Amino acid sequence: MAGIGLESTAVGETVTRAPTPMEKFGNSAFRLACYLFAWLTVILVLYIVYTIARQAAPAIDKYGWGFVSGTKWDPNTRQFGVLPEIWGTLYSSLLAVTIGTLFGVAVAVFLSEHFLATLVFSLLKVFGLQFHFLWGKLPDQLEHLLRNLVELLAAIPSVVYGLWGIYFVIPFIRPLCHWLLIKLGWIPIFSTTLSGPGMLPAGIVLSIMILPTIAAISLNSLSAVPPKLRQAAYGLGATRWEAILAVILPTASKGIFGAVILAFGRALGETMALAMLIGNSNVISWSLFSPGNTLAALLANNFAEAGPSEIPVLMFAALILLAITLLVNVVGAFILESASAGREGAGQ
Amino acid sequence: MTTTRIRLFALALLMVMLVAGCSRSEEKRQQAGKNAAKTTVPAMAPGPVLLSGAGATFPAPLYQQWFSLYMKSHPGVVVKYEAVGSGAGIERFMAKGVPDNKRVDFGASDAAMTDDEISGMESGVTMMPLTAGGVVLAYNIPGLQGRLRLSRKAYASIFLGKIQSWNDPVIKECNPGLNLPKLTIATVVRSDASGTTFAFTKHLAAISRQWRESYGAAKLIDWPGRAMRARGNEGGAGLVDQSAGAIGYMELGFAQRLGLDTAVLENKAGNYITPSPRSAKASMASAVLPQNLRLFIPDPDGPDSYPIVTLTWVLLYDRYNDPQKVQTLKDLFSWCLHTGQTYSQPLGYLPLPDNIVRSAVAALSRITP
Repeated sequence: MAGIGLESTAVGETVTRAPTPMEKFGNSAFRLACYLFAWLTVILVLYIVYTIARQAAPAIDKYGWGFVSGTKWDPNTRQFGVLPEIWGTLYSSLLAVTIGTLFGVAVAVFLSEHFLATLVFSLLKVFGLQFHFLWGKLPDQLEHLLRNLVELLAAIPSVVYGLWGIYFVIPFIRPLCHWLLIKLGWIPIFSTTLSGPGMLPAGIVLSIMILPTIAAISLNSLSAVPPKLRQAAYGLGATRWEAILAVILPTASKGIFGAVILAFGRALGETMALAMLIGNSNVISWSLFSPGNTLAALLANNFAEAGPSEIPVLMFAALILLAITLLVNVVGAFILESASAGREGAGQ
Repeated sequence: MTTTRIRLFALALLMVMLVAGCSRSEEKRQQAGKNAAKTTVPAMAPGPVLLSGAGATFPAPLYQQWFSLYMKSHPGVVVKYEAVGSGAGIERFMAKGVPDNKRVDFGASDAAMTDDEISGMESGVTMMPLTAGGVVLAYNIPGLQGRLRLSRKAYASIFLGKIQSWNDPVIKECNPGLNLPKLTIATVVRSDASGTTFAFTKHLAAISRQWRESYGAAKLIDWPGRAMRARGNEGGAGLVDQSAGAIGYMELGFAQRLGLDTAVLENKAGNYITPSPRSAKASMASAVLPQNLRLFIPDPDGPDSYPIVTLTWVLLYDRYNDPQKVQTLKDLFSWCLHTGQTYSQPLGYLPLPDNIVRSAVAALSRITP
């Protein structure tokens, strides 16, 4: 651009000039388009909530809070309650977020601290190849590959996860669950047999589904930790682990926490894989091995053939799912604000 | 700086064009759709006759085979059957508040239709049994040597949620010599409104007082205990297959196709009967068909009768607008009732007894344009 400017002055024109009408028009058109699309998104969300609420209105009038606290789902007697589904939704999502956070943050630390690259580099050094024009690129490329592989997990369709859960995860964990039941059956969370579908397989598969979300966002916030903090920690004599655990992770905690909240929201709404793996059983149980049900699975299973009388009830359930998701996000944002007060300047 | 501006402008222009383009192509598509609708409607008349039906999953494998065979030998006819469950089938047949693209020419149900449902129909209803089958209790107990036998008390209590473990004394009592594991029983039931559920619960209501008082017979039940729900007969069979310690009810053929073990059940006479088309046929033999063809056999008599059997019906309107459709329907179902019956046994269904076929044919002749 500098070249163009110099050339223009050489022929006697000024560098500065007023914007042409076309440029002005372009600017305002672009601004208008941005406003339009941004507002359309907001309006769309509100419109979705409005249509669901309108269709749910008859059921809200009829069942009120009893719908949230009821445990029966019996279309014959027209008794409906979604407490088991709410329980199952929160239980499976919390389980998934717990497992997913452990693995996701571990992956993010592994990649952001270049553990793999360092390892490969020192391996190459043994052979004296570390600055070779082909082999020298290997550490970075491997890291890149690993990053892409983790992100690839997000591209696998939900139904494939469900099938994989049925044919791999359940048979794989069944012996372990059986052993836990025999040895530790007195603890409520191990108190039933895992027959097949249940909370644990659902939670495990769900945690894999949300892993890329947690890993990718955590990785971004870990990479954004200012290098001077790291250097200062080492300078004060911290070991690598001390630096990671006491300085780098806390600094990036805001971003990591944001990732967890986002993943939690995704876990709450996940439908297909859960409908296949959770057993669709309306029970409230502490046991990890008991079948359960979630709101999203309830909707998926019952919508296909819901009569005109059942649709308001299902819409009510959908509204509750929306409310839970919203609540989690709001509470998450609130905790985020209060927890990271005074730790600004990094992570975002 | 100018190039940045130009780029920005180009971007904005592109966006505007994109929006305009989208809306215009939308218009075009709608226009095209309208034109297509205009031209295809009159063109349909001399083409193939399309019959669409929806309903029970219980007889679906047999229906699919029948209809594909029939379409091969009758090129002018296209029959489409959607196995959506008896409840949805009846709802779509009744066509109240059902969108046009989900209307059907015939419904199918293992629960027939109730008098209330029939009285609300303007164009009348003709119910016609097409085939029958046994409802089996398929189970999945890993490592079990030998075949499970269940007394009436045992299987009623299992589905009432009163018996929770496979080594319960009640189950042990009817299985002497069988080494039953200490495994939680997982009952597998249907999540959709189902005629199979209706047949099974009608039987349970006939044999268990507690069931009759707290649940009764219905297409949808709020099952007690940790019942796991699956959609359709095939879904139930799949779930039993995947779950250790599971037991579920389904049509015989579905259990056979997945190679599931089926329990030997105690009948009214106190004998233990192995489920098979033959033992189910014995149950049918004892029954007398009522005038409206709505025959339920909740607890068949006879020493060799398998205890849980059901007929399955197609639902037709008494009057159709299209004479050609009536003729095709008559031809199709008359073929099913005669030639079709020979295909039922290999798939696990029963050929209908002659007296039922005669009444069904008589019912079929009553439908008019």
